[in-house]
Amino acid sequence: MNKALRTSLGMALALLILAAPLILPNYQTQLAVLWLMVLLALTWDIMGGQMGYNSFGNIVYFGVGMYTTAVIQRGLFFDIDEYAHVAGGTGSQLSLLDYLLGLGLGLTGGALLCVVLAVILGAGILGLRGHYFAICTLGLGIAAGEIASGWDYLGAGSGLVTPLFPETFFGRGIFFYYYFLTLASLTFVVLRYLYSERFGLAINAIRDDEDKAESMGLYTTRYKTIAWSVSAVFLALAGGAYGNLIGFIDPLDVAFAGPTFGVWMVLMAILGGKGTVWGPVIGATIFHITQELFWTYLLGWQRVALGLLIVVIVVFFPLGILGWIRERWPERFGERVEGKQ
Amino acid sequence: MDNLLLLVDAPVFSLQLLIDGLLAGAIFALAAYGMALVWGVMNIINITQGEFVILGGFVTLYLSYLGVHPLWGVPVSALALFIVGWGVYRLVIFRIVDRDLFISILATFGISILLQQLMNQIFGADIQNADPNLGTLFLFNDDVAIANIKFVALAITIVVGALLILFLRKSRIGQAIRATAQSARAARLMGIDTDRVYATTYALNAALCGATGSLVVMTWVIHPFIGLIYTVRSFMIVVVAGLGNLAGVVVAGLGLGAVENFAGFLLGTEFQAAFVFSLLVIILVWRNYRLGKKRQYLR
Repeated sequence: MNKALRTSLGMALALLILAAPLILPNYQTQLAVLWLMVLLALTWDIMGGQMGYNSFGNIVYFGVGMYTTAVIQRGLFFDIDEYAHVAGGTGSQLSLLDYLLGLGLGLTGGALLCVVLAVILGAGILGLRGHYFAICTLGLGIAAGEIASGWDYLGAGSGLVTPLFPETFFGRGIFFYYYFLTLASLTFVVLRYLYSERFGLAINAIRDDEDKAESMGLYTTRYKTIAWSVSAVFLALAGGAYGNLIGFIDPLDVAFAGPTFGVWMVLMAILGGKGTVWGPVIGATIFHITQELFWTYLLGWQRVALGLLIVVIVVFFPLGILGWIRERWPERFGERVEGKQ
Repeated sequence: MDNLLLLVDAPVFSLQLLIDGLLAGAIFALAAYGMALVWGVMNIINITQGEFVILGGFVTLYLSYLGVHPLWGVPVSALALFIVGWGVYRLVIFRIVDRDLFISILATFGISILLQQLMNQIFGADIQNADPNLGTLFLFNDDVAIANIKFVALAITIVVGALLILFLRKSRIGQAIRATAQSARAARLMGIDTDRVYATTYALNAALCGATGSLVVMTWVIHPFIGLIYTVRSFMIVVVAGLGNLAGVVVAGLGLGAVENFAGFLLGTEFQAAFVFSLLVIILVWRNYRLGKKRQYLR
């Protein structure tokens, strides 16, 4: 493939991505969720792929970010006692500027809280290894969901309604599509930069042999905490916006959605190929599209298929799509192979 | 904290909570035996544990629909789950025994989701239970009421535990299991078919879970998505008791049951599950902190 063709193909793809919500106006939410999926897979891969720490609990930051954003939005413009009744009706339209202000402050607050949370939790949990870390994070994710569904201030089990999106010339779908597109791209760029730096080498060393990495003088705990904080920030930013996109925060199905997003992020990352930059992106895209097919045609059996898919991929195909391609054609990935050039 | 005052005013009520909790703990301990076994012998943390428990519960439930007394469900569930466990081993687990823990933990996680959703499709998502009609025991001027099935559960746990120890000590395959736990490679060199040992261990674990599930459906309720909490309870019990310590598992199980029951009462039932999962995190962090002082790690 020559260079001009490749450039024009890339341009066409970029144009398609930018124009997608305008071409398919009925699928705006689904397209926005596609970028959310990419982001989820990418952030899981920081710990799971690059650092070898199998976390089932990253969904905590997604949920905490979502709730923090909604609570800040609610606190800024509404009376808390009246809120639940008012937001259901139409009487409480915010102006666009107010809405954006609330959303911005909420997202910032959520991201900050999640970093603090990641550092605090990390101090206790990141010392655990292997099985213990995996089970501990699994417990963490579910504990958070259970606490949220019992906490009255957050609406307990009946959930929390986010402020309505103001009526303007562009709709909610368009706004959040570009938001998630920007955020996912930002995540990708930041991660690629981080992986190319000393940070990337350090967390790869932790994956390969943590004791050796430590005895070589790496501050492993510091790197692990940074890695967790980075995924926490992006998950919080994504969670806060996802709550507003859906419009209703259910503690177990939307915020701390362990059985859906929590599992999907793991699956997407290993499907695409964990430990690569493009793997999670590819995995998330393929998974989201096939999942839409499952939803349409399998009617109830899609989650059974999901479990089966995890087992099959993990047992028979642990390298993932990109990992398999890389093993097949290593010279394409800049690795030198004898006999080929 | 109103409930705390209640306990001060009526001390006999804390006795109710204590007995109830201890007996509940016996049921948790039964599933924990199996987890300790699989963990010790195969070095796999079986996240599927809870789903096996619930599946055992469904077997007993459907048996009781046929008009059989649910207590017969204990051996029947155990047998049925033994077969299921053997099948799961032959299909998936044998491929992951010697692979790294990343694969084994994700694979059992996947099986757990698969079973959960299969049960949801086949049996429906309703909350169900099978009443054994054993009545209730009233103590202390009727202030303390304990369902009799819980005493039966305690007896079954102790008997099964004793049988398990006997099996591991005396029988040929039990000795092979212990040898494999010590060193799989040496066991293979001595002519032990470790693949069969693993299959037996895993199926035995599933059978223990099946018996647990049968007790669970008689004592409390089951639905397809409640399994994970039993996995976490087993895990906690084994972590606290240590591997290869069956008596410790019983004690830790009883302790967990009591603590959980008190916490559920004090915090309100809506936080009981939250408490269990938070306790897991706290136990692991605390243990790691303690080991960190000795410059060791939980691994």
